[in-house]
Amino acid sequence: MSTPMSPSASPSRAASLTLAWRFAAFHAEGFPVLPTLILLVLVLTAVFANVIAPSDPEIGTLGERFRPPAWQVGGSEKYLLGTDHLGRDVLSRLIFGARVSMVVGLTAVLFAGAVGTALGILSGFLGGWVDQVIMRVTDTWLALPALTFAIFLAAVVGPSEMNIVIILGAVYWTRYARVIRGEVLSLRERDFVRLAIVAGCSKWTIMRRHILPNVLNSAIVLGTLMLGVVIVTEAALSFLGVGVPPPKPAWGLMLADGKKGLMAGYWWLTVLPGSCIMLMVLSANLLGDWLRVKLDPQLRQL
Amino acid sequence: MTLLEVDNLVKHFPVKGGFFTGGGVVRAVDGVSFRIEAGRTVGVVGESGCGKTTTAKVVLGLETPTSGTLRFEGADLQTLDAAGRRRYRRSVQAVFQDPFASLNPRMRVGAIITEPLVVHEQLARGEARERALRLLDVVSLPERSIDLFPHEFSGGQRQRIAIARALALEPKLIVLDEPVSALDVSIRAQILNLLRDLQARLGLAYLFITHDLAAVAYMSHTVAVMYLGKLVEFGPARAVATAPQHPYTRALFAAALPSHPDERREDVTLVGEVPSPLAPPPGCRFHTRCPVVMERCAREEPPLVHTDGRLVACHLYSPTPGVGPWQPQRAAPGSLTSPSFTTGGAP
Amino acid sequence: MTPLLEIDRLTTRYVSARGARVVEAVSDISFRLEAGETLGIVGESGSGKTTLALSIMRLLPPGARIAAGAVRFEGEDLLAKSDGEMRRLRGKRIAMILQDPMASLNPLFTVGDQVGESLRVHEGASRRTAWTRARELLTAVKIPAPEARVREYPHQLSGGMRQRIVGAIAISCEPRLLIADEPTTSLDVTIQAQYLNLLRDLQREHGLALIFITHNLGIVARMCDRVAVMYAGRLVEIGPVRRIFDAPAHPYTRALLESIPRLADARARLTAIDGQPPDLAALPVGCAFHPRCPKVEDRCRREVPTDIAVAEDHRARCWLAAR
Repeated sequence: MSTPMSPSASPSRAASLTLAWRFAAFHAEGFPVLPTLILLVLVLTAVFANVIAPSDPEIGTLGERFRPPAWQVGGSEKYLLGTDHLGRDVLSRLIFGARVSMVVGLTAVLFAGAVGTALGILSGFLGGWVDQVIMRVTDTWLALPALTFAIFLAAVVGPSEMNIVIILGAVYWTRYARVIRGEVLSLRERDFVRLAIVAGCSKWTIMRRHILPNVLNSAIVLGTLMLGVVIVTEAALSFLGVGVPPPKPAWGLMLADGKKGLMAGYWWLTVLPGSCIMLMVLSANLLGDWLRVKLDPQLRQL
Repeated sequence: MTLLEVDNLVKHFPVKGGFFTGGGVVRAVDGVSFRIEAGRTVGVVGESGCGKTTTAKVVLGLETPTSGTLRFEGADLQTLDAAGRRRYRRSVQAVFQDPFASLNPRMRVGAIITEPLVVHEQLARGEARERALRLLDVVSLPERSIDLFPHEFSGGQRQRIAIARALALEPKLIVLDEPVSALDVSIRAQILNLLRDLQARLGLAYLFITHDLAAVAYMSHTVAVMYLGKLVEFGPARAVATAPQHPYTRALFAAALPSHPDERREDVTLVGEVPSPLAPPPGCRFHTRCPVVMERCAREEPPLVHTDGRLVACHLYSPTPGVGPWQPQRAAPGSLTSPSFTTGGAP
Repeated sequence: MTPLLEIDRLTTRYVSARGARVVEAVSDISFRLEAGETLGIVGESGSGKTTLALSIMRLLPPGARIAAGAVRFEGEDLLAKSDGEMRRLRGKRIAMILQDPMASLNPLFTVGDQVGESLRVHEGASRRTAWTRARELLTAVKIPAPEARVREYPHQLSGGMRQRIVGAIAISCEPRLLIADEPTTSLDVTIQAQYLNLLRDLQREHGLALIFITHNLGIVARMCDRVAVMYAGRLVEIGPVRRIFDAPAHPYTRALLESIPRLADARARLTAIDGQPPDLAALPVGCAFHPRCPKVEDRCRREVPTDIAVAEDHRARCWLAAR
């Protein structure tokens, strides 16, 4: 027998109980403290990049090329994490790179999420030919290899930050559409949706008031998980030279520029941006995984 | 006054053929007629697959009938214009079985209760709140419930919220689909009593669908017994519950659990199980399990005839042409209720 | 003579993952069950009736712990047994039937394999003997055409039929005690009647003791010799069925009986029990029923009632029963 969720004699006491319980639960059961902290630091870095960064990320001093990090022989206090082939401060570039990754990542996830969720709801709720059309398009989309598709699109429209966001959105909306549609199909059969029809709500009202709020959880979870995928794709595109155009400090771009120096022992030019990408993606995934379990009432009961 | 008249309702669901099995048609409801009088309760009982829930869905407009007519206050629903359909929607509301599934978990109680009002009347915020408070009072929930979410309530309290919502538009008919089956035993009586009080106060009519025979006897003025998409007996609740006539009704009520260890029931245990509605038996659909089956039952479908103040569809009571002096009057479709019990006493 | 089953001051608690919430689902429960007897355990959801059954079977989910008390079966303390010994006992000496027959059956195995499984595990029967025995068992639970049914899979059977199969599995090793947890809740009225008749026949033929866990007093009235009423984890009243129905000593039992509609007397207004079932994590002080009790006194709000003998073989946990 399960313990009662929150039956109680008075609703107000139940309210305070659940509130307290939620607060307690937030702290409990594997909340990923470290990943959240990392993401938080990265977000703050991105927001305050121009305050924190010691020097200009795009202009270097050619005389100070390939300086190693400060703790190595030949390093200088001025360039804590060394300089690149144009003598630009790597630390500053990493800091501004966080901003690029964050802006591109978040906007692309939001864009893909908005399009995918909307189409998923329409597809699942309306059914019929609308569903057929949206799902066939989704199938076609999913059959294409995401990265190749993105490179193709990027090559067509040319590199710019704005274009990257649109490309990533166009490539990844289908994942939302699929997941959300499945969710809507089961929601549609729930009694409260039937009762909304009985109450006289229009299809539009039902989708907006009854379906959308109930799929938002899944959309948020998916968004967190997608953040990692999108950032890696952005880095890959920049690495291949069809992403964020130089001299903008994107992590993927830094990686591409740095790879030439790898053989010469300039490890900081690749290891550092690579670690940043890894940290961010890993953190987003861990947080997303936790959210998925947390927000899914069926998994939570286990 | 007749509120809703269901005449020869048919609802078939086509079934797609599987890999090994051919397609077919599920005859969920197959020619059912009954009437609901204003301010009265019609109880529908029967086992799973008898079509009671499909009937409810058709009445609620959640399914379109394959054939047959529904007349609401004399007007055929199919010929109604948009305004008429809207009026019908306002007049017929529902309370479902599972109070955990029937309330949107993301909406506050106030919004849940007043949603039908907002849809139909474009109420101002303050006015909607006032109406919500009044409705909460009607179902005896505290005022502060208005700002809480459904998960903060127990099953019984949630069912009260569902009832308050159903009452918001001041409907004339409420379809109650197993409204207490999912509730704790100690809560059921609260809800049944509340529903009865509301009926007396507001003059509501109920279409009460359940498998709980004692509850149907407690709530209903008239009882309809269904088997495999057909109406087998229809009459005053007391008469049907205490002296069932159709062999199926007799078996059903004999199988009902006693309320005291010394209570003895007629010993009619049915053999076998309900046949598939994909391929219902010919003739009387009950003949495969009937303890008093006759030869003609497999051939002829029995009509509903007036017997002992009710309608029964069984050859035991059918007129046999040219046999004996006993010739019960055959009921014509659409005149299935006789005045003797549609205006019968309170349950 | 030792009773078949003796539960002595059994207490089972659920502890949440971080130990923040402790819920006493079974609280200080004692009763006895003689061989061949039928005991009904009634209660609402959250009353602890299922936890009680799982405690007896030692099948509690993780997070639940038997905190105190003893369970003696044929004189032996089940709580002292090793997991291996318990496994040998379950299915052989004590069997269980659960509410959902579909969840109790494995969709990938034939009926014959599943009915014969216990025999093979507990008695080392060969597959062939097990199948022969399975056919006999299907006949015993009145399944038509058992020859054909043994070869079928659960999804090919109706709900009533599946529950019969579960029944056949339960009696396959001729247990002494059968615990049935809401076995007919998912069945239709006429199928339920068939199944209850079947259980009663099996019990008579095999001299089984039966524990019937249900929320339905009608099943108790029809099936049981004695009834135990549970409320908020406590056993509030226990006694012979007729006596409990005629002269309930606990106000909760009385209220429950009065709140159920009767076919014979459909007009009388039901007496509803006010309030909501209690939250086990925040039980009221004193008697857990006192906020809903029509006869509440000051003492009920302060002290938990003790187990009071009302008459021969009739006990109640209510201060009023003391007088």
